[in-house]
Amino acid sequence: MDLQEYFNLVFTDYTLRTITIGTAILGAICGMLGSFAVLRKQSLLGDAISHASLPGIAIAFLITGTKDTNVLLLGALISGLIGAFWIRGIVKNTHLKTDTALGLILSVFFGFGMLLLTFIQKMPNANQSGLDKFLFGQAATLLIKDVWFMAIVTSICLAVLLLFWKEFKLLLFDADYAKTLGFNIKFIDALITSFIVLAIVLGLQTVGVVLMSAMLLAPAAAARQWTNSLSTMVVLAAIFGLLAGVVGTGISASQSNLSTGPVIVLVAAIFVMFSFIFSPSRGLLFRQIRFLKNRRDLKLHKTLSFMFDLVKTHENKSHPHAVQILNNFQGYTRGTLKKLEEEEYIKVQGKMWSMTEKGYQFSSNLYNQNIENE
Amino acid sequence: MEIKYAVTVDDLTVAYNYKPVLWDIDLAIPEGVLMAIVGPNGAGKSTLIKSILGIINPIAGSVSIYGKSYDKQRKLVAYVPQKGSVDWDFPTTALDVVKMGTYGSLGWVKRPGKAQKKAALEALEKVGMLAFKNRQISQLSGGQQQRVFLARALAQNASIYFMDEPFQGVDATTEITIINILKELRKAGKTVVVVHHDLQTVPEYFDWVTFLNVKKIATGPVKEIFNDDNLTKTYGINYKVSVQQ
Repeated sequence: MDLQEYFNLVFTDYTLRTITIGTAILGAICGMLGSFAVLRKQSLLGDAISHASLPGIAIAFLITGTKDTNVLLLGALISGLIGAFWIRGIVKNTHLKTDTALGLILSVFFGFGMLLLTFIQKMPNANQSGLDKFLFGQAATLLIKDVWFMAIVTSICLAVLLLFWKEFKLLLFDADYAKTLGFNIKFIDALITSFIVLAIVLGLQTVGVVLMSAMLLAPAAAARQWTNSLSTMVVLAAIFGLLAGVVGTGISASQSNLSTGPVIVLVAAIFVMFSFIFSPSRGLLFRQIRFLKNRRDLKLHKTLSFMFDLVKTHENKSHPHAVQILNNFQGYTRGTLKKLEEEEYIKVQGKMWSMTEKGYQFSSNLYNQNIENE
Repeated sequence: MEIKYAVTVDDLTVAYNYKPVLWDIDLAIPEGVLMAIVGPNGAGKSTLIKSILGIINPIAGSVSIYGKSYDKQRKLVAYVPQKGSVDWDFPTTALDVVKMGTYGSLGWVKRPGKAQKKAALEALEKVGMLAFKNRQISQLSGGQQQRVFLARALAQNASIYFMDEPFQGVDATTEITIINILKELRKAGKTVVVVHHDLQTVPEYFDWVTFLNVKKIATGPVKEIFNDDNLTKTYGINYKVSVQQ
């Protein structure tokens, strides 16, 4: 089916609607919480936690023998939290830096998880297949009760975010200062980290252990390009995440056999690339344009200020001078003369040029401009 | 007349990984002084301030603010951290940062309202930054960022101010603005403690000084103790500066 068909189906087909709403909610909560992870410079924490949750899924299956998603995700949550706190412990109690601790926990837990998965594969039990779906996720397994659960967690998360907005902002910007003001930063920090872990666990079923961190980081990284306000950034990241979820699900449903998780992540990555290039204040494109424009303006100003030095020695400002006089001066080209004439700063007649009143005013203020702008 | 002490520090010892950073510090800061803490790099100047403010846990010793623990008196204390301690690319404006100074008196959950905005605007005006209130903080110059930090502390409306190198990397104009504000604070009876690096300006700016190099070398009025003897003891070399009497 094509995309058009898909969008019609979203409103009629029950399964597709469930999956679409699920990935949309997931994208929104991940974008929201991802903003905090990015601003705390803990981008990789999400990656480590999601990888660390894999052994939890396997162990939960080994203990209970069921493949009930909630049981498995509970296992993921516990093992993800253990991973997160071990990272903290390593950073606090050894000389190792955060990146080392993250890498260590990520690979050790993931390796252990893979070991358990292969062990489970070889068990004489028909029930075990499908656990490896948690590696890259399978959105098709989303049930309406999963979506409800996601919606409830997202609402709680939103409420807490609004309630402690001031405290979160303070912690993100200046944790030491927050402490001197009497805020329990350990509590706020634990709150943020727990919600990030929760969002990751929610996403495992859909996006999977390996790609989950991209769901957190990509919408936030894209949103940061468009705004300089924390609240706008969080809202934008949520919207980007939501759109990535919906569009990704759409593409994967309309092209059969494309798995949903990777497509959602790729869509989010396209948002990031687009934002890096096209954002007005931080984007590469506009920065380059501004750079070129500045350089052109400076070249004009250089020529103009040379002319001004000449003109101001004469009583008559519009006294004509030979174009040749500029030849010794390197900033001058035929193009700049033409440009200056277009701006009505000078008049060119034959091989002579003279400065206009407007040009005189402008160039006499050239050096004061910076100060005025401040 | 009996001197009233704003801050007293008893037997304070701080260590990072077994290496003592501060060793058995006793210090009493009288109310209403403008005090410089001087000492070489690694002398523990910032650590001393952070321990007083409860950011760092000392392994021994105690600190009191007007005779009570910091936890009970924190509303009397304002802090200006080193400018480099935060990420200035954080998505927020100058006014928003200064408003953070009022968060402590607001307490948990409550949102800043009109009164807090007014306090923040007044603080911005005092440091001459009112025109920049809506400026994204990454677009401020180093001196302007330092002034925003000072304004944030002013918005706390405290009695005791701790400042960690407020003059670091600022131009002459900003330095004059800042020192004038500090002198005004002292005039209003506040106590100001500043980690300071420029020894030449100590006699001009401050009336009280503490020499620190892991141990406390000396503390007292600048006129009495800011001399070659103490400087040499603190910096370990034969340090000569011209002390303006």
